[in-house]
Amino acid sequence: MSILSVRNVVKKYQDFLAVDHVSFEMPKGSILGLLGPNGAGKTSLIRIITTITQADAGTILFDGEALNLNHPGQIGYLPEERGLYKKMKVGEQLIYLARLKGLKSHQAKEEIGKWLHEFEMEDWWDKKIEELSKGMQQKVQFVSTIVHGPKLIILDEPFSGLDPINTNLMKKQIRLLNESGTSVIFSTHRMEQVEEICEYIVLINGGKNILDGIVTDIKNDYKDHIFHYQFSGEFPAHLLSQIDVRERNNGSLIAHLPDTSVANQFMKQLMDSGLTITAFSEMLPTLNDIFIKKVTEENG
Amino acid sequence: MDKLWLIIKREYLVRVKKKSFILTTLLAPLALALLMIVVGLIFSYRGDDAKDIVIIDPSSILEGKIKDDRNFYFRFSSEPLESVIAQREQNDFDGILVVPPLKDLQSTKHTIYYHSDDNIDLEGSDALQRMIRDKIRSYKISEMNLDAEQLKHLNTQVTLDPEPLTRDADDDGDNDNPSPFTSVIAAGIGGAMGFIMYMIVFINGMMVMRSVMEEKMNRVVEVMISSVRPFYLMMGKIIGVGGVGLTQIIIWAILLPLIAAGANLIFGFDTQQTMLDEASVAVDPEDIEAMAAQIMTELRAVNWWLLVPCFIIFFFGGYVIYASLFAGIGSAIGDDLAESQALTLPLTIPVILALYIMFAALRVPHSSLAVWASLFPFFSPIVMPARLAFNPPAWQIIVSMLLLLAAAIFCVWISGRIYRTGILMYGKKGTFKEIWKWMTTKQ
Repeated sequence: MSILSVRNVVKKYQDFLAVDHVSFEMPKGSILGLLGPNGAGKTSLIRIITTITQADAGTILFDGEALNLNHPGQIGYLPEERGLYKKMKVGEQLIYLARLKGLKSHQAKEEIGKWLHEFEMEDWWDKKIEELSKGMQQKVQFVSTIVHGPKLIILDEPFSGLDPINTNLMKKQIRLLNESGTSVIFSTHRMEQVEEICEYIVLINGGKNILDGIVTDIKNDYKDHIFHYQFSGEFPAHLLSQIDVRERNNGSLIAHLPDTSVANQFMKQLMDSGLTITAFSEMLPTLNDIFIKKVTEENG
Repeated sequence: MDKLWLIIKREYLVRVKKKSFILTTLLAPLALALLMIVVGLIFSYRGDDAKDIVIIDPSSILEGKIKDDRNFYFRFSSEPLESVIAQREQNDFDGILVVPPLKDLQSTKHTIYYHSDDNIDLEGSDALQRMIRDKIRSYKISEMNLDAEQLKHLNTQVTLDPEPLTRDADDDGDNDNPSPFTSVIAAGIGGAMGFIMYMIVFINGMMVMRSVMEEKMNRVVEVMISSVRPFYLMMGKIIGVGGVGLTQIIIWAILLPLIAAGANLIFGFDTQQTMLDEASVAVDPEDIEAMAAQIMTELRAVNWWLLVPCFIIFFFGGYVIYASLFAGIGSAIGDDLAESQALTLPLTIPVILALYIMFAALRVPHSSLAVWASLFPFFSPIVMPARLAFNPPAWQIIVSMLLLLAAAIFCVWISGRIYRTGILMYGKKGTFKEIWKWMTTKQ
């Protein structure tokens, strides 16, 4: 079951095609990385999903229903361009935003209390936003994104400007939310974070969906059959001619082989020649490699 | 609807709870009163240096007597100018006023000379001219053997009392009969209403614009419109800020009379009394009493039951038109505040124009300029209230209101379209061409 089905969505701004027939499915309870270079159309797509703007063509299903104006209450959105009312106090600001998402006053207070505790910001209730540091403001904004218990949260570059401690704290909370059933769209161009957090990715370039699917599958699809052998003992030099060596050090060999079975066979040969194998793995491409490869391919 | 209410509440409370709002609301009437007192003092300032003046009047036009003024002390000298000047060391004086003999009684021009090392100021020279003119007049009257009493009767004060041609059957005879004060009172009420309207529309419209710009620059707007429709956000702002304006008017309407009463108690000055004192020289006190009574009847005769509701309707219409357009413009302004001027100009011009038309309409309330301007929705909120006190034909009020309503709906619609696109355009300001596109394309 999909929390979000995006089908052939098109969005035009005057003469500019920002979103060009994008389709993808996002399974319920998953974490999806929405990737793409700057200006690829990520924000345009997110604005359509959050009902800020409307698609010119195509359909979006949210939790099985055609996307409509009741859905924003079930979505939490942390935009890349962040902002809060500077003169408002943390407490009243959060209550206001939570109530706009449809919570009753007492519910809002309860939930906010819980989250402020979770983020170790209980004493901030009466502080004005302008008195807080950027990182602190970001935490407040994150709380405002999740306080109404949305089914889907959309985080646009959520860790930018955060120190490592707060980044970890937020990652932990995202993971906990996800474990409790919340679906997460994570938009970024920080690939190492995507690899760490996301199960699924959608890669957008020039408004088009150029790649989507499960991260491990994609990595397998894009693997170059590069294998890594670690060993102890003297490497049998006569075997080197059989393979395409990419890198060789003391006790380590990286090589290209036609496929996994050939690689296994080669390992057997190594062991037969008296070498002790301490580790063997296939080297999968990083998302960063795939991203760069795909985008340069697309841009011709 | 709940969300709209939440937005209205926040926009209203955030402003009303501000210290600056409380201070300006409470202090503005006081500051205004203070300003009026200071202005009054400045205008009544007559200079404080008294001058000793020696008058040389060889032909005794002044008959050796003239009343000392607040700023002048006079004495006469029968000696010629040269010897008076020669004695200036012994006789301490500031100037010598020479009144030469009249050539003949028919001459209507006469020059007098003031000898002094100091320049005489404008007010002093006016006062001296006036005093000598009056003296010469008395002198001529007695020399020509005219009857002063008869001369007094030559001056006639003419008052125009407007009377209606047709009277209503149920007319009680008194109230609807316009008196000489009717148009003055009407102009006073109309001018006040038009001006208040101008202030409210302008100040609050700008407030809406600033608030839109702030949200856009803070980037909080994106979070907001992921929860509510941009249209609700805009309307909530317009209504909330309008409520602030209304609150301020109501507080002032209560405070101003209180402050006036308080000032009376503390300082003991009664504006009416001061007026009477000043005017008593020229006008008979009985006349003044009659006049005051007349004004009171006039004020009572004003159809407040029509005037106040109409004022409120025009307030809402005018405010909504301008506030929504200001919101639209505010959303198109980029991160550079200095650029806002070019975009707001097309809005400020009609408001200021309307104010000037209103002043013209007060003088000739039924001129075609006044009539057309009071029908045109961008002017009518300011011009029509000013005309209301002059009893314009009912059809004009109705047509004006209908046009206002239509224009208000149209402006809100068009601004909503500009707003929803404008608030998401970060960076540079929108050009008029772009704004036109935002208006005409669907989002």
